[in-house]
Amino acid sequence: MSEVLLDPAGVAMSLRRIAAEIALAGRRRALTGRATEPPVLVGVRRGGVPLAERIAAFAEEAGSPAMPRGVVDITLYRDDAATALPSVRIGPTRLPTSIDGRRVVLVDDVLHTGRTIRAAIDALFDHGRPAAVELAVLVDRGGRELPIRADYVGLEANVPHDARVEVMVKRTGPRPEDEEPWALVMPASGPGPSSAQQEAV
Amino acid sequence: MNPDAVNLADDAPREPFAVRSLLSADDLTAGDATRILDAAESFFEVSRRPIRKVPALRGKTLLNVFFEASTRTRTSFELAGKRLSMDVVNLSASSSSTTKGETLLDTIKSLEAMQPDLVVIRHAAAGAAAYVAARSTPAVINAGDGTHEHPTQALLDAFTIRRHKRDLRGLKVAICGDILHSRVARSNAILLGKLGADVHFAGPRTLIPSAPESLGAKVHYRIEPALEDADVVMMLRIQRERLSGVFLPTLREYSRTFGLNERRLALAKPGAIVMHPGPMNRGVEIAPEVADGPQSVILDQVEAGVAVRMAVLWLLCGG
Repeated sequence: MSEVLLDPAGVAMSLRRIAAEIALAGRRRALTGRATEPPVLVGVRRGGVPLAERIAAFAEEAGSPAMPRGVVDITLYRDDAATALPSVRIGPTRLPTSIDGRRVVLVDDVLHTGRTIRAAIDALFDHGRPAAVELAVLVDRGGRELPIRADYVGLEANVPHDARVEVMVKRTGPRPEDEEPWALVMPASGPGPSSAQQEAV
Repeated sequence: MNPDAVNLADDAPREPFAVRSLLSADDLTAGDATRILDAAESFFEVSRRPIRKVPALRGKTLLNVFFEASTRTRTSFELAGKRLSMDVVNLSASSSSTTKGETLLDTIKSLEAMQPDLVVIRHAAAGAAAYVAARSTPAVINAGDGTHEHPTQALLDAFTIRRHKRDLRGLKVAICGDILHSRVARSNAILLGKLGADVHFAGPRTLIPSAPESLGAKVHYRIEPALEDADVVMMLRIQRERLSGVFLPTLREYSRTFGLNERRLALAKPGAIVMHPGPMNRGVEIAPEVADGPQSVILDQVEAGVAVRMAVLWLLCGG
């Protein structure tokens, strides 16, 4: 039986708070004379994508101007790309506008070793030169292997290093935008289908 | 737990790519081919970025060994390797020791000592790639072996068709011209057939192989029945270098009876696409106004070539 770290209400509350913090940081940047354009929210495939959609929706609900959304796929940037055992599906990278000179907020579900984020930053820089890159995650589970930290965190949890932490989504339609982040769970231990991928990146 | 909630981590396919060397379109199941085409969609996107390079295969070496002239295929493999950050070494017959009398196997053995991860080979002899693959450790990709096969060309054609027609199932594909000498026709008949297309060959009797049905294609000795209601028209090059004069009376007669012009193209479906593996003989198998016309996707094929070959390199390297 899996343990629920954040229930649907907890997920929604965390994302709403992250959306507010991102907007607030934008106002702070504007006060110091930097560009006032809304940030580009870039979800890291797959787990980060529905979260980015949700955060953008919450920000708009709270009166912020619309934030462009993008998707980045890190498969080809993994540090173990050529030796990774499980064959993963490469997804599309889609960025809405030029990210040159823009503030970019990377959004991912679980921050663990930091390797995924390293790869995502590399992927981002192949598309342009952002003015700033920030990181928002639903959960920071500790266990970093690289000097990377998140700017916006939904939940900090100390999780045994071999446990899996996963975001469940509810599908309301066929498109990626129709996936509603629903809960954050720690499935009962045991080698699950996703453990290899999560350890590696 | 809510039964409607799904875990995103369970979405990705996890079984490794089972094909090690790509020698024939027959090495691929429909599932393998679809996986290559899906991956190629992502690599297509890479080729349109400001920085057209990803670090995926950094540190891997690709050896391009061409015993037969080629611009398109060699450049395409070279670019595919480079866009995946591979080290690419090109070797062409004119500069190699084969001109000094070395055998194919000796050439390959000495190249193998350089520890390539992948070898791309083109050779005038049918079966050359399979011969090399059976006797060497690196994975081998057949980039054309005589009149036998050219599997990556079939994959890029399938990719191009899929981009224009979405699904290959049930499409009528007319492959017209010199079927006998065409490795492109052979690989395409096998692959497109596996993907559910209805493949028709059309060509003069002298240029149709002896048992064309074995490739799963329907055969016509006039071009018109193949073109009727076709969704895809693929014209083949008249390979002057392989025709010694006994196959066709004259090129002009061939052009008049089998060349694709606007009038003949009108027999196909209105939105039919026109393909050609290149290099074209304008005015022989294809009229210039068709080659440059709105239905032509010939340049799309070239662009697709790089993306599809990136996908093949990536998957054969264990991606």
